[in-house]
Amino acid sequence: MTEEQFTVSLSVNGTTRPVTVPARRLLSDAIRHDLELTGTHVGCEHGVCGACTVLLDGVAVRSCLMFAVQAEGQQITTVEGLAGPDGRPHPVQQAFRECHGLQCGFCTPGFLTTIAAALEDYQPNEEISADEAREIVGGNLCRCTGYQNIVKAVGRAQEIRAERAGVVPDPAAAQDGL
Amino acid sequence: MKPPAFGYAAPHSVEEALAVLADLGYDGKVLAGGQSLIPLLSMRLTAPHTLVDINRITGLADISVAADGSVVVGALVRHAELLADESAFQALPLLRRATSNVAHPAIRNRGTTCGSVAHADPSGEMTAILAITGGSVQIAAAGAPIKDVPVADFFLGPLESCLGSAELAVSVTFGAPAPRSGSAFLELSRRRGDYAMCGVAVTVRIDENGTVTDVRASYLSVGPVPEVHDLTAAVEGQAATSADWRAAGELATTLVEPESDLHASADYRRRLVAVLTERALPRAAADAVAGSEAAA
Repeated sequence: MTEEQFTVSLSVNGTTRPVTVPARRLLSDAIRHDLELTGTHVGCEHGVCGACTVLLDGVAVRSCLMFAVQAEGQQITTVEGLAGPDGRPHPVQQAFRECHGLQCGFCTPGFLTTIAAALEDYQPNEEISADEAREIVGGNLCRCTGYQNIVKAVGRAQEIRAERAGVVPDPAAAQDGL
Repeated sequence: MKPPAFGYAAPHSVEEALAVLADLGYDGKVLAGGQSLIPLLSMRLTAPHTLVDINRITGLADISVAADGSVVVGALVRHAELLADESAFQALPLLRRATSNVAHPAIRNRGTTCGSVAHADPSGEMTAILAITGGSVQIAAAGAPIKDVPVADFFLGPLESCLGSAELAVSVTFGAPAPRSGSAFLELSRRRGDYAMCGVAVTVRIDENGTVTDVRASYLSVGPVPEVHDLTAAVEGQAATSADWRAAGELATTLVEPESDLHASADYRRRLVAVLTERALPRAAADAVAGSEAAA
């Protein structure tokens, strides 16, 4: 039996390309094998580890828990799409480097996309507490770092966002009503 | 692992979906958020002939609060949307208290509340909330009016509901809280966001003097289907601020019939029922007191 094939236009990191896939092709596999964007990693392949997390219209989702045929018409951002057009690292990428937020790097793409999406829920002048940082990365597994430096990198990424936006986070400012 | 081969239909309307489902009969399976179904496919625990993907259907993603205070959640409302919905929280605070415990943000962004209920997993948060609020599921089928099935008739067993193969759950309705009542939700898992070894949703109702009149609890990961247990007898007539909540927790242990699995033994689950009940009830009581003071 030959499987029915579907031609789907996948918009990944601002580029739209057609792929022809069976309905069962996981979005993670379409990204890695059909589009050859191997930055997205596949760990458990059933939604537990978070390594395959990508952004779907800016929202973090597991690419192993979606089919490629479902992604038509939506904007996908993978880890390759986080850096600016000039190649400048995304704040979370710079923070991971500064804070030593990775060791082997297998889980890193999932952490970077997850945190990049979460940062958008905060204004650049807001601080992210360690508890909030832990909640943000709670769905991603890392077997190397022990998470301490990843949690630090979340806070540092937010600082870098503030620095780039020209604002300095100042928790006293909100209290003073300034 | 990879999912087995399946046929794929992506209807654009409820009517089209119902026609496809009726045509497929037992060969069809509805795909909504997929956060439970796709892992089952990838682990080859299920192999439907054809998936009917309802994600392209418009008009199923609404949350509304009915005149009686119940909250109607459409089939394509994601957990994250319910969590963020202010009107649903105001009407039924228990919804947000429970939804924040559903897996992780990335799963909540995709998984649907209605799909969780249709999946009928007794370790699911929303099945317990549907049970304790006395909710119902609205079920459509081709050529038939929408049925409103009460929660007591909906769940048949673990991962088994009364949904027929040609039927689509188009929304779930969570019942309105009683006047002068409060709620709380607690669960315990090995790792935040994992399946709970035990969880509890409780409601406490008080009278105008602050005396406890009604206490109910529904548990996760404890029985084959979400049941609601009446714990009123342990604390009836006591002051909400100082009731013997431990006695209510102990009463609960005599009503539940947990089973052992890889994650926890039946005895351990029974202890968790006692402890989580004792912890949750004073919070619900305080919620009831605060609510009735605000209303006064």
